[in-house]
Amino acid sequence: MTTPLLEMRDIVKSFPGVQALRGVSLSLRPGEVLALLGENGAGKSTLMKVLGGAHRADAGTIAVNGRETVFQTPQDSRRAGVAVIYQEFNLVPGLTACENIFLGQEVTRAGFVSRTQERRRATELFQRLGVEINLNVPCRLLSTAQQQLVEIAKALAFEARIIVMDEPSAALTSHEVERLFDIIRDLKKHGIGVIYISHRLDEIFTIADRVTVLRDGTNVGERPLSEMSRSNMIELMVGRELKDEFPHRATAIGPARLEVMGLRSGSAVRDVTFTVRRGEILALTGLVGAGRTETVRLLFGADRRDSGDIRLDGKLLSIRSPRDAIAAGIGLLTEDRKHQGLVLRHSVRENFGVPNLDRLSQFGFVQQQQEREEFGRYVSTLKIKVPSQEQLAGNLSGGNQQKVVLAKWLARNCEVLIFDEPTRGIDVGAKYEIYLLMNELVAQGKSIIMISSEMPEVLGMADRILVMHEGRITGEIADARRATQEQIMELAVA
Amino acid sequence: MFLVLVLLCAFFSVATFSEQSPTGEAAAKQLASVIEQQFGSTPRVLIVAREQPGDSEFASSLEQKLVTSGAKVHAVVKGEPRDAREALVKISSSGEQLDVIACTPAAAAWLVFSDLKNDFPMLDNPQIVKPQSYRWPNFLKAANVLNIANQIAVIAIIAIGMTMVIITGGIDLSVGSLIALSAVLAGLFIRDYAGATNASAIGMTSACVAAILICGLIGAFSGAMITLFRIPPFIVTLAMMLVGSGLAYLLAKGESIYQIPDSFVWLGRGASFVNLPNAVVLMLVLYGAAQVLMSRMKLGRYIYAVGGNREAARLSGVPVRSVLMFAYIASALLAGLGGVIMASQLKSGSATYGNMYELYVIAAVVVGGTSLSGGEGEMCGTLIGALTIAVIQNGMNLTNVESYTQKVVLGLVILGAVLLDKIRHGE
Repeated sequence: MTTPLLEMRDIVKSFPGVQALRGVSLSLRPGEVLALLGENGAGKSTLMKVLGGAHRADAGTIAVNGRETVFQTPQDSRRAGVAVIYQEFNLVPGLTACENIFLGQEVTRAGFVSRTQERRRATELFQRLGVEINLNVPCRLLSTAQQQLVEIAKALAFEARIIVMDEPSAALTSHEVERLFDIIRDLKKHGIGVIYISHRLDEIFTIADRVTVLRDGTNVGERPLSEMSRSNMIELMVGRELKDEFPHRATAIGPARLEVMGLRSGSAVRDVTFTVRRGEILALTGLVGAGRTETVRLLFGADRRDSGDIRLDGKLLSIRSPRDAIAAGIGLLTEDRKHQGLVLRHSVRENFGVPNLDRLSQFGFVQQQQEREEFGRYVSTLKIKVPSQEQLAGNLSGGNQQKVVLAKWLARNCEVLIFDEPTRGIDVGAKYEIYLLMNELVAQGKSIIMISSEMPEVLGMADRILVMHEGRITGEIADARRATQEQIMELAVA
Repeated sequence: MFLVLVLLCAFFSVATFSEQSPTGEAAAKQLASVIEQQFGSTPRVLIVAREQPGDSEFASSLEQKLVTSGAKVHAVVKGEPRDAREALVKISSSGEQLDVIACTPAAAAWLVFSDLKNDFPMLDNPQIVKPQSYRWPNFLKAANVLNIANQIAVIAIIAIGMTMVIITGGIDLSVGSLIALSAVLAGLFIRDYAGATNASAIGMTSACVAAILICGLIGAFSGAMITLFRIPPFIVTLAMMLVGSGLAYLLAKGESIYQIPDSFVWLGRGASFVNLPNAVVLMLVLYGAAQVLMSRMKLGRYIYAVGGNREAARLSGVPVRSVLMFAYIASALLAGLGGVIMASQLKSGSATYGNMYELYVIAAVVVGGTSLSGGEGEMCGTLIGALTIAVIQNGMNLTNVESYTQKVVLGLVILGAVLLDKIRHGE
């Protein structure tokens, strides 16, 4: 048996109040793709931060190529040949791809950066990856997929032997994911070990060789992929059997509630018209960049629309800002919780309060007792795991953050709720709870617009599906239960 | 932060420990009881003090106390050794006798009292008594503590608005110039429209309110530039800093405006509420109100939310523009108020006021633990920050540190205070 490329043994790491890792072990062989699975908060990210030198383990050993090493800083880990590509990329937005790749390892000649040589090497790297990236524009102008490629090129540039990818497919279209897999297969051929973290089980079956599952900071299973089934994985992750990924509901769809007519904004949204009915979940799908998020942002007043009428229960609404939309009874759960949904540095109670303060205050004074009681009710009904109401939102896992955002809007008793990628970056258990909640809302006669890039979610949850492409609605599937992924994909690339 | 303030106070208390002679009422009370103990309730007394506010108060108060308890006060001398000699001669020549000569510590050392037995044998050898001196830090004297509070009132009041602005994630560099503008405007209005040195209370009040409101308008302009055109607050308020200062010089025509009635100093120097300076009372009231606003009111929560994550706040229905407008207008109004207080303290208005104050105000906010990245901070922290700066300045004055050295030390202490805070919070 060959020496493992990487051997992490009994890694322990605790933060104030939380034991994140309780003795986790993991090994990676050359040319292998190891899938790291687990619910949010299971310790995957912490483990990878220990590997990347961003956190220091309290106990445990790390050996690279059989030699024990100590990672105190990201530089140490990089020198040992480890590259971690985090979900939020580590690129300087204002620098070009080339400058980012060689940041900290500039090719110099007599103390001066040799741009020509850097460019040549960058071009070689991208050729190896089989892609073309404009080397002259700042990285912020590149697409998410392109930025990811820059990260991979950066890892290759310092000859990393171990590459960690944390949720690399989260923001990619299915086509881009395919290309990413081709690149990973090529990396394998060169003997590079890849640790792949994803919540999308389908992808793991496509690309992984072996699976390690974490739960509550411990290993709960490590097996070759061939010995694992989908339900195995879910069972290991959540520690219980999930009968169904999508809960059933009895639908009782009523008359049209929200009517959107001729919504336009530049080239992003071109003449979008649709209605949502009482007790209905309407899915808005399509490829990333099709204009789905842009459409709901216009509807919510977050961006200014060029034209378009919005009616609720037949009454024309004058929506000029999110404030107007909220007053009319529309709520938006944004796709980007960290930047748009929550104030991470503030407590969960304060976050809950913000959209509800006009209701919760008298003569400008916040009724704090009432606020606490009301939030307390949501904490228990939504099973939000927080040690106290004063816990900072930034310290919660994705699933719990999403539940806090949900509580914000549920407390407003909105008639129409817009869920933009409601389960992105959320583990299986919390996903199920959010689905149950959506079912309960429509059962109460609310209307839901759901944007999702995950096909199974669209097919499993929606009553009706609208497909968008390049800012237009290119198709409607009236009975989502009979739809197929192929049918949707065809409309999405139309 | 509070710890730093306490440590500084302790340090300066030790450093300024020295001999204290009581004066005024307290000294009179002490001495009256001493005289009663030693000489019974009907002694014959001469009271001697210098012609100074504290001493003179001592003399009058002591006289009143002794007379009420039944003593016979032959004379009260307030003046020079020569006056004391005249009084002694007069008493002596009228055939009266004295038991006690009650003096202030300074007067007790006068040569005239050095050999009473020979100089004035007729007086029946009176005893000289003076208030007992004691050891106490100069720093902790009531007068000095109030002085610290009064010195910092202007900066502390403006720091309230600055804290709000910084919590929203912005900055306001124009406050120093608005102090000057407001002081000049208030002075001009009083001189030109309210009757100059004959101005009435109502006239002066209206002039001040008008000056403060004009500053508020400038704040509204800054707020509009920031919210409507999305120009960074640093740049907008930097521009307004130049505009405000320039306007102040233009309006004052480079002169100091001093044609103001004496009663104008009521706000800056007066003390009409249990001996607390009016400016300090005003400062405490404003801090109380700001604390309630920030912690208990919807608007306060909105200010924190906007600074913590502007987009999340907007998408949660927070009227972000109005909240920002409020912060900049509040900051400007408070800067205007600071200018009026300063004009009152100095009984004149000049365009040179408030120079560099924006930096001291920002320093107070930052030392108080408010994060420049917004979303976090406390009003009481800012008050502690302002007091810390005042204590450092005052303490160095008392320990005779040179003013240039003071600047160096102040800069380093600000840095040290923030560093200590970071370390304590484990960042």
